[in-house]
Amino acid sequence: MYNLLISGLSLIMEKELLNEKEIERILMRITHEILEKNKGADNICIIGIVTGGVYLAQRIKNKIKEIEGIDVPVGSLDISFYRDDISISKKRKEIKPTNIPFSIDGKKVILVDDVLFTGRSVRAAMDALMDFGRPAEIQLAVLIDRGHRELPIMPNYTGKYIPTSRKEKIKLHLKENSGKDSVLLITQ
Amino acid sequence: MKDLVSIKELSRRDIEEILNTTKAFKEVLGRDIKKVPTLRGKTAINLFFEPSTRTRTSFELAEKRLSLDVLNFSVSTSSVVKGETLYDTLKTIESYSVDYVIIRHSASGAAEFVANHTPASVINAGDGTNEHPTQALLDAFSILEVKGRLDNLKIAIVGDVIHSRVARSNLYLLSKFDTEIRFIGPSTLLPTEIPENVKFFYDLKEGLKNVDVVMLLRIQLERQKGAFIPSLKEYFHVWGVKKEVFRYLKQDAIIMHPGPMNRGVEISTEVADSPRSIILRQVTNGIATRMAVIYLLTPKE
Repeated sequence: MYNLLISGLSLIMEKELLNEKEIERILMRITHEILEKNKGADNICIIGIVTGGVYLAQRIKNKIKEIEGIDVPVGSLDISFYRDDISISKKRKEIKPTNIPFSIDGKKVILVDDVLFTGRSVRAAMDALMDFGRPAEIQLAVLIDRGHRELPIMPNYTGKYIPTSRKEKIKLHLKENSGKDSVLLITQ
Repeated sequence: MKDLVSIKELSRRDIEEILNTTKAFKEVLGRDIKKVPTLRGKTAINLFFEPSTRTRTSFELAEKRLSLDVLNFSVSTSSVVKGETLYDTLKTIESYSVDYVIIRHSASGAAEFVANHTPASVINAGDGTNEHPTQALLDAFSILEVKGRLDNLKIAIVGDVIHSRVARSNLYLLSKFDTEIRFIGPSTLLPTEIPENVKFFYDLKEGLKNVDVVMLLRIQLERQKGAFIPSLKEYFHVWGVKKEVFRYLKQDAIIMHPGPMNRGVEISTEVADSPRSIILRQVTNGIATRMAVIYLLTPKE
């Protein structure tokens, strides 16, 4: 379904790529894949990259609880201090809290992000995690992989691969911040 | 924002942004590895024309935690004693391609002068009796941490208000919030012009009634040109905050001091070491606040 919006003089096209049901199914599948690959939930922790990744991490944690009956530790990570574009940025982005209230030493860390694009955020997140401890393994789960990688980074768990053009934008709505679940492709 | 020269020029929104960022850096200081690579490859210089240990070390630690390279330039070791002007000192350090200049100077307005004459980001670490913006920000952050808000409080600033750049910056900052500000002290140490949002008290007991926050100031003998108080002993007797204040202070009132404190002058040992005192928390928060300020400053577009 396409929505046409006219904002100012530019034409914006919106297309829904995933709806609530599809997002729910994808997260269920990813959770099962995580449990399958790691042979259960022992020694796992989940860390979401702010903001979208944090909500997704919490949902995966809840699903693991439903399936395995195990409470895995869940944390949030803001990568601002590890970005590689600070010296060229003119305006600082607001920093959201990082909260990792457990040791990641020897743990299998499932790093969760909403949209994987250039891979630079994931690089920053991995550097940050290394300062928090020495995890046994870091695995990457993403809801959307939109291509255009600038670094050799590959997710272990991909919700949906959506080839995009660089001009397009992916907009993610999640219940936790906008009351509904939906992934939109925006073309200007 | 390129520089932080004064609180006066900041909006409430700017202050809230700094305080939110400070919270993020406070979390970093609680980690095992307290250093982040955020500003690696950049250089800061601490330009101190006035003696200071705690502010300088606080800035230095904040800079190192952000992975900055740090230069220290203090008056006793500098060419200022050989007669170099501030402008020439500045041009010299500019040739080192420094990105951040932290300046403390005995002349009010020195930080603004430096900010206007260098492309580097400048942070005022105290200029004469004018302002000490990072102290006011760390005080605000500490109040926010303990009280959960900066609005709807009664905050008393006690002591040597006229000589205090800390009091001035705090007044500017708290005035941006909907909070009651009181100045308490002998008339010789309070400003002659009364800002309209400040209540003046010339009696300690009267002034401290119902306050949520007591901010003490150091008696600045080095800035007093004249007889402002009869003697330190008498000052302590009349204006020193002693344990008797706990009889009439609010149960949850907190005691603050920017340091260095003079025990037995503006504060007694019992009060300084009481659980109501958050003086050491202020010191820790100073590092996080200064990290936040350095992080948020960006070169001119």
